[in-house]
Order: sequence, then C-alpha cells, then structure tokens
Amino acid sequence: MSALTVTGLAKSYGRTPVLTGVDLHVPAGTTTALLGPSGCGKTTLLRIVAGFDDPDAGSVELGGRVVAGAGRGVPARSRGIGYVPQEGGLFPHLSVAGNVAFGLPRRLRRDRTRIAGLLALVGLDAALADRAPHQLSGGQQQRVALARALAPEPSLVLLDEPFSSLDAALREDTRRAVAEALRATGATAVLVTHDQAEALSTADQVAVVRGGTLAQLADPRTLYREPRDLDVASFVGEAVVLDGAATGGRVASELGELALGRPCPDGPVRVLLRPEQLRLSAGAGVPARVRGVDFYGHDARIELELASGLRVSARTEGGDLPAEGAEVGVVVAGPAVPFPATAPGVPRTSEPTPA
Amino acid sequence: MTVALAAAVAALALLPLVHIAVAVAEVGWSGVAELVFRPRVAELLGNTVRLVAGTVAVTAVLGVGAAWLVERTALPGRRAWHVLLVAPLALPAFVSSSAWISLLPGLDTYGGALLVVSLAYAPFVYLPAVAAFRGLDPALEETARGLGLSTWGVFRRVQLPQLRVAVLGGTLLVALHVLAEFGALAMLRYPTFTTAVYDQYRATFNGPAATMLAGVLVLLCLVLLLAEIRLRGTRGYARTGAGAARQLRPVRLGTLTGPALLALAAVVALSLLVPLAALVSWFRTGTSARVDWAALATTTGTTLALAAAAAAVTTVLALPTGWLAVRRRGPVATLLERTTYLGSAVPAIVVALALVAVSIRVLPALYQTVPVLLAAYAILFLPRAIVTVRAAVEQSPPVHDDVAASLGVSAPARLWRVTLPLLAPGIGAGAALVFLAVVTELTATLLLAPTGTETLATAFWSASSALEFGAAAPYAVVMVLLSAPATVLLSRDALPRDARRGLTP
Repeated sequence: MSALTVTGLAKSYGRTPVLTGVDLHVPAGTTTALLGPSGCGKTTLLRIVAGFDDPDAGSVELGGRVVAGAGRGVPARSRGIGYVPQEGGLFPHLSVAGNVAFGLPRRLRRDRTRIAGLLALVGLDAALADRAPHQLSGGQQQRVALARALAPEPSLVLLDEPFSSLDAALREDTRRAVAEALRATGATAVLVTHDQAEALSTADQVAVVRGGTLAQLADPRTLYREPRDLDVASFVGEAVVLDGAATGGRVASELGELALGRPCPDGPVRVLLRPEQLRLSAGAGVPARVRGVDFYGHDARIELELASGLRVSARTEGGDLPAEGAEVGVVVAGPAVPFPATAPGVPRTSEPTPA
Repeated sequence: MTVALAAAVAALALLPLVHIAVAVAEVGWSGVAELVFRPRVAELLGNTVRLVAGTVAVTAVLGVGAAWLVERTALPGRRAWHVLLVAPLALPAFVSSSAWISLLPGLDTYGGALLVVSLAYAPFVYLPAVAAFRGLDPALEETARGLGLSTWGVFRRVQLPQLRVAVLGGTLLVALHVLAEFGALAMLRYPTFTTAVYDQYRATFNGPAATMLAGVLVLLCLVLLLAEIRLRGTRGYARTGAGAARQLRPVRLGTLTGPALLALAAVVALSLLVPLAALVSWFRTGTSARVDWAALATTTGTTLALAAAAAAVTTVLALPTGWLAVRRRGPVATLLERTTYLGSAVPAIVVALALVAVSIRVLPALYQTVPVLLAAYAILFLPRAIVTVRAAVEQSPPVHDDVAASLGVSAPARLWRVTLPLLAPGIGAGAALVFLAVVTELTATLLLAPTGTETLATAFWSASSALEFGAAAPYAVVMVLLSAPATVLLSRDALPRDARRGLTP
C-alpha cells in the first residue's frame, strides 16, 4: 500500500472545466471518500488517478512515484491500482473465478485456494466461484469486483460509486463487507460517492468536492461538526441556520442564548445547528408550533415554526411525537458553530437532504 | 488508424455511386439527355413507380394487419401463425416467382408482379410491426380503453401512430427491394429499371446506356432514403415510463374470428403453400426431373465456399465502422457509418455493373474473378454485418477495458482476453446473416461470377429460365434448407432489431 498525493490537478473537456486545481493527500492504509453532487468532477478525478484519463495540469504521486503529470504518464496497467467501477463491471464472458483471477499471472489463475481466499476476504462463499456474473445479486457482483481488484495486491484501490446501484438493505451489508475487506488487506482506498451517510460511515477522511475543487478535507466527525462553510454544512447533513449577535463566546438568537463551539469576534453572526440538537419539551424553552411530522420509525423529523415565522427542523426519537399544530418548547443541546453573518450560500433554513 | 480503415470501407461502399457519377460526367449533359429522356425510360419509370407504390401499399396492409391479429387478438394458434407468416423469407423471391409462373403462365402482368412481390416481401413489414407491438407500453392502450375508445379507435389513435417508425422502416425496405429486384420480375417478364439495366448490359455489355439507366435507378433509391428521413422526422415516441412487462388481455374477435383465420390462411397459402406445391410438382411431373447429384454437390460446395469467404471478408470490413460508431461517437463516425449504408442501398445490379466497369478499366486481371465477386457481396451486405457488430460493441461498455488495464493487462492481451470474447457472439451473428444472404444472391453473381462458376442461385436461374423446372427444383430445395435457420432466428426475434435491415431478396 502507498500514500496518494494529488497536486494542483486540472482537467477540462472541451471548454468545460471539470477540475480546477485539486490538492488531496490520502495517507497509506486509509480510506478516503470523495463526496460531491453529480457532475462535480469526482469521477474525473478518480479516472485521472487510475490512468484512464490524462490531466491538463497538476500531478499524481503514488508512493512517492509520479504517475501522472509533469510530462510523464505511467499507463494504467503499470500503476498497480485496483479499480472497482459502478455496478461492478464484471466480465460477462468469465465465471466468478475467472473474474477474480483475471489480473493474476497465468500460473496463479488456476489456483482454487487462492481464489477461495479472495472470495472469503470479501465475505463470499467459495461455492460461488463457478457461477456466471449474471447469476449473482448486485451486492455479490460488487464484492466479486472488489476481490478482482484486490487480487494482484494493488497499492491503491479506487471505488466508483460502488453501492449506488444497490437497494437499501443490500447496500448496508455490502458497504460493511467492503470496509472490512479494505481494512483486512490494509489497502489504501479512494471511494467516490454522492451519499453523505455512506461517506461519513465508511471513510477515515472525507473530501468534499464542489465545482471542480476540494471544498474541505477532514475526518467525518470534524466535517459534520465543524464544516468550513454553510454550503459544506448543508451538503453533509441537514442544517438549521440562525442569525444572531455574538458577545463573549455566546450568541443571542431566536432559539435563545446559545454557546458557541469556537471563538468568534463579537457582532452579527450566523450560526449552524444540527436538527438533532433541537430537543422538544412540554413547557420549557422557546415556544414553537409543529407544522409537520415525518415519521421514519427509528426517529422522526419535526418541522417547527418559530414566533418570527422561521421554519426549522428537529430530529427526535420516534417514541413520543407531538401532534401537528401543537404548541411545544424548543431547547438547544450542545454548541452552535458560528460563521460570518455575510456567509454566502444557503438560505436560512435548508431543505432536508434526501437520504 | 481505425478511422482510416473505416474510411476505406466507406470508399469501397461508395464505389458504385462514384462510377455512375464519373460515367455521367464523361457522357456529358447532351449524352445523358439523349439516353435518359426517351419513351422507353418513361415507360420503365411508370412501371417501376407503379410497382413500388402498389407493393408498399399491399405489404403495409398485410404486414400491419397480420401483426395486429397475431399480437393483439385472441386468435387461435397465434404462435404457429407467426412462424408461418415469417416463413416466406426462406423462399428467395425469384424461386417463388418461378413457381407461380410455372403454375400460371398468364401471370406476366402488373397484377401478377404485384401479387408475387408483395407476398414475398410482406414479412419485411410484418416483423418490425410485430416488434413494435411488443414494445408498446400496454398501459397506453389500457388508458385509451379507459377513456372510452373502441378497439378500432385504439388501433387508429394509439397503436398506429406508435407503429409509424417501424412501418416506415419496413416499407422503405420493401421499396428498396422492389427497386433492386431482378430475378422475380425477369421471370414474370415485368420490365423495371433493374431488369432493363440487365437486358441492356447483356445487349451492349459495358455501354453508357446501361449505366445511365442504373443512374436513374440509383436516383430513385436516394429519393426513397431522403423521403424516409424526412417522414421519420422527430420521432418523439419514447416511452415515458418503464411500463409493465405484462401481457395485455387480447381482443376477442367473436364472430370475426372465422374471417380473420381465413384471411391469414389465404396469405399463408399464397405466399408459402403455392410455391412449395409447385416445387413438389416439379419433382413429380418434370421430364427433366433427374437429380444430377454430382452437379448439385459441386454447386452447393461452391456456394458454401463463396458464402463463407464473403462472410469472413464482410465481417472484418464491418469491424472498424461498427467500433467507431459506438466508441468514437461524433460527426466523423456517423458520416462514415451513413456513407457505408448509403453505398449499400444501391441495387445489386448497379453494384455489379460498377465492379465490372471498374475492374475492366483499372485491374483487368481481376475481371470475373472471385475477389471482385467478394467485393460485390461485401458492398451489398455490409449493413447487416455493421449493425450486428455495432450492437455487440454497444453491449460491451469500455469499463471492461478500463478494469483489465487497471489489472495490469497489456493492450493486445486486452483485445484477446476481453474485447474479442465479448464481441464474438455479435460478430458471429453478423457473419451468419451475410453467409445466408450470399447463398441466395442472384443478380451480382450472374454478372460477376467467374466463367464456369455456378452457385445454387445461378444454377436455379439458368435451368428455370429455360423452363426446365425439374432440373431447377433441387437447387431451390437446397437454398430453402440453407435459409431456414435464419428464418427461425428471425421469427424468434433473437436478433438485434436493426439486423432486419437489408434482408436479401
């Protein structure tokens, strides 16, 4: 396994710039998620790292060796990078065993124990070895694709939206199996996804890609709790944004006086809360009216209208839910994250991001 | 590199058109006027246009009507009817016309030609219409019914508009085939441009008269192609939803079941039973009915060898174009693909004429040799090979190549281990289509085959032209037997949709 370093990477298709100067460092043996909306350039970044596309500017370094940029390009087949495409991309004319062994030297291709070992690594039964790809479920195909990529012991594994084609139940299982296999082999991995929950739960660090550049690179908790700006904040999760005035580490807002998570100069400020920080109570707290309840089973999302008419979301356990139209009190738990009052981007309350 | 190869293939396909253009330039305007503006040409034009219009009308009605009965009604035995309605494809048109003329010598009229040619070509409309019916979203028909439309109303206002593209494609195919048809019409002594070109060629060999007639014929083909593009227009009939893959409740015909069955039976009897009965009677009554097994074996061997060679050559030529059309989408690839199709829409008689002229002029040593004959087959049958190769490339996305590269496999090894195995079924299907087309090809073979080389089609032709139907019969039987597998494939809808394009007469 090797570390991956991307410096100043730029790429345009025709006159459309897709990447405009991306810097990214992935330490050896860790998993990084590239998170961004579709069309943000994350798949292009992945293809340049893999060697399927050439950058217009910038460089890609793998384990200290420059593989792209500065006038030199190592072809994809000599980079030692495993690649798992969307929907697996299994060779339809080969069996599972044939697929897994595809990148091995000829003498090792018939080694059944090795193939069984690779299948076990991704949590698959060796009995599947003689099946054809179309006889497998989507999740199994993804796992075979990962086993195929891991077989030649690559220094880096790239996964392009590996779970997006799977339905919810299968997705969780497959995600866990893939994470375990990556951890077991100690592989360095880069995973492209547009699903923030997937990125936060799978990766050691998350790179948010926005409009062809890297908006923020951080570990999942920091990213969620201390996003660089409100745009990133609302992209990685639902946000409650309030205007207020800061004085001495606290802020006066419509939801009362809140503690600030980090120091900021006194004056007008815009603060970020997460819906799970808003707790409902019968009497205490800021009064609000319930305008809508989305019940999910394990939890629920409550839409609240404050006295000023501002609407905010609260996320609560699914047990005791208020009725629509009821009058409730709102108490805020934990600190608010301050941003400059002129912070660009999102409206004051954002729509929930679909899971 | 691939572009250069595809361009060379397109240039080969354009050869006949270029030949005619050069000939026109050489003859000059006054020469053209003298050769083209004369009563004989007007008469041929009238004959040809009448026959094309009549055949298009009859095949459209037969094809769509039969498709509706088979796909949308509760008629008994629909599967069997389907096979029987496709089966005439296994009978080359010149065989069925010989059969008719041997039974009814008085059939050498417009009506006779219309009858024989329409019956032979009706499957060209029937097959796409069936495919279109199967592809229609049943929900649309159910919605229309829910809005109170009658069965006829549903057909006219919902189904027919959506069938437009398929039926247009099918009738264009019919029209191009009627323009190119030589054997069937020569047998029925119904003169069209194609038969006139042949007669002129026989009379004056490589004269400008034949070439000018061929020029008018090509012009008619181009007009048809342009008309189709215009009519097809903006084909905004995409399905808006995925639709349900379920069976629609078939329409019950009630008291109309009897007449409907009778109509289908009549079509099958006329298109299939009559020619087959004639074949049988040739064996029974023909005085010349002694099967010459040695000659039959030699001819069959020659035909199979030619067909195999043509299949190999044509498929190899189709590879660059089919590859480019999918993997390097863009104006250049589209232009090359279209050009190749355009060249191949030219009637066999024109292709043959052009190759005779070009080989005499440029490479006299090649005149009447197998390579020139193979080139003619390639020009004629490239579309069916390209269409199948293209479909195969479409089904093997480039991601497989990327994955193989990331696994450390070199480019030549990727071609061998990934690309070729993935394309093999499509390439095989394309080669099979070309093979079967060559087995029953008559016109180009008559003009270009080396002296003394007989194929099944030409052997049948020379015997039946001399009215020795007993001697001709065995060749017809072998051709039918060899064509049968393709017909079965087509009736199962196992081939890519566009593979129907350019089925041979």
